[in-house]
Amino acid sequence: MKGRNKISKREQGNKNGYLFLGPYYFIFFIFIIIPVVIAIGLSFTNFNAIEFPGFTGFLNYINLLTNDEIFMQYVLPNTVKYALIVGVGGYVLSFLVAWALSNLTKPIRTVFALILYSPSMTGAVAMTVLWKIMFTGDQTGYLNSWLMNLGVITEPVIWLVNVDYLLPIVIFIGLWSSMGVGFLAILAGILNTDESLYEAAAIDGVKSRFQEMILITIPSMKPQMLFAAVMSIVGAFQGGMISTMLAGNPTPGYAAQLMVNHVEDYGFIRYEMGYAAAISVALLGIIQIFSIVSTRLFGERD
Amino acid sequence: MAYRGHKINPQRFEKSQLKIIAMILPIVFVMGLPIVFIFCHAFKPMEELFAYPPQFFVYNPTFENFTKLFKASRTAGIPMSRYAFNSILITASVVAASLLLTTMAAFALSKLRFKGKGMLMQINQTALMFVSVAVMIPRYLTVNVLGLTDTYLAHILPLVALPVALFLVKQFVDQVPDSLIEAAYIDGASDWHVYVRIIVPMIKPAIATAAILVFQQVWGNMETSNYYVNDEGLKTLTFYMNTLANANNTVAGQGMAAAAALIMFVPNLVLFIILQNNVMNTMAHSGIK
Repeated sequence: MKGRNKISKREQGNKNGYLFLGPYYFIFFIFIIIPVVIAIGLSFTNFNAIEFPGFTGFLNYINLLTNDEIFMQYVLPNTVKYALIVGVGGYVLSFLVAWALSNLTKPIRTVFALILYSPSMTGAVAMTVLWKIMFTGDQTGYLNSWLMNLGVITEPVIWLVNVDYLLPIVIFIGLWSSMGVGFLAILAGILNTDESLYEAAAIDGVKSRFQEMILITIPSMKPQMLFAAVMSIVGAFQGGMISTMLAGNPTPGYAAQLMVNHVEDYGFIRYEMGYAAAISVALLGIIQIFSIVSTRLFGERD
Repeated sequence: MAYRGHKINPQRFEKSQLKIIAMILPIVFVMGLPIVFIFCHAFKPMEELFAYPPQFFVYNPTFENFTKLFKASRTAGIPMSRYAFNSILITASVVAASLLLTTMAAFALSKLRFKGKGMLMQINQTALMFVSVAVMIPRYLTVNVLGLTDTYLAHILPLVALPVALFLVKQFVDQVPDSLIEAAYIDGASDWHVYVRIIVPMIKPAIATAAILVFQQVWGNMETSNYYVNDEGLKTLTFYMNTLANANNTVAGQGMAAAAALIMFVPNLVLFIILQNNVMNTMAHSGIK
């Protein structure tokens, strides 16, 4: 590797590196890292946006775990359900669909992938309009009208204030919009697996497409699987937007209250910012745990 | 016949593919119908918007909803053109700034050698999991302390650094052969020259992908208008359209909201369709090792 040596000599201790990195990392630290540090700091205080924050130690965390009935009874179980179905379920679905698409010719695949990816691009405005109309609570609502036509229900259901249906609806919409960048990464990963591996595997006795998927496809694209897993995790915990958009904050009977909604509720509605910060730190912690688990699953150990 | 191992990315259509199409077609339908609805609804005339039983498809498409939307905004205190101008200015600034800063950082992380590089890369990788809604309050405080409240910069700066974009671009720069760069250095090129003449032209697919991701972040963003800006005249089109969308309980409002939804959605879709080849090309290198 003569070339490598030359390039590394030229660049060893290259001060220009900092000039190139500087602008990005300057903004990155101010708007991403420092807010996280502030959140951790505030989580140990009773900050309420008016008075100077006083140090309260672990009180916020203790309250979160022992005193916050809404959190324990609704927010945490809702978040776990949402994360499992939309995060894990959406991830598995993305993989299976991407795998199926990889067996098709390029034109068909491209059209299908575009359709599957487009929900993740809809954004808040289009989502609000679309789903509020679909789930309108009287007989003029699309879902009500269809179900009444089919004879499934006789009376229109007021979907968006019904505590039994709200979370399933939010989960459905979450799943609908879950095939984003991670899905594309998986698809690209599968398309780039080495074809000779499949031939070799067939000679070695792989009998079915399913075996092939488990034994060849997944192991040979672990890095993409990990990237997609990270994207799924973030998506799953960011999902709170859907609840607020459909049913306001707090959601009726806290039926679809997720952790991000709980943060917003305490931070911007009750102004208990110290407590809100503690909830967000807990949320970031949970996300970190999930990411460690996925790294264990798909990370390549050197 | 023994199993032969199947073909990924087949060149020709074969009958066996029909089975796979049949399997995923239902999913494609469920995912796609709501999108079709967004298009249909925006073009429905009044009597179809409120038809009973409700109609999914549009039968007599019209631009009525769009003209109403533009008219309504004319009578409001702030014309829609103002919101549109804000959105375009903000989106263009963020995308431009982000692409410049991201590609520069990616070049340094991938090809230059200096102290602390590994750590900086690790921090960015951890920040892939950054959920901005979770730290809304500290971000708001930061914007406030910096004195950015009620300026365009409050819309722009918080969105410039997108860890996913840096990650993807950096992975792509890794693919640029070192020998090319080396040759340039031997010819006496500076780091800046290498960045402008070699790196940027060679990573166009990654730049396109980063552009899409950043665009989606900014174009649909409501956090900055909601929390960092109080001056109505500085708020964005997304904010205005969202106000409309949430006020759609009035009879006239629903048509306008549907038109607004389509206007907000289409730029994302068009941009992706144009650049989708680049995106797939970039995603091939998206793995986290």
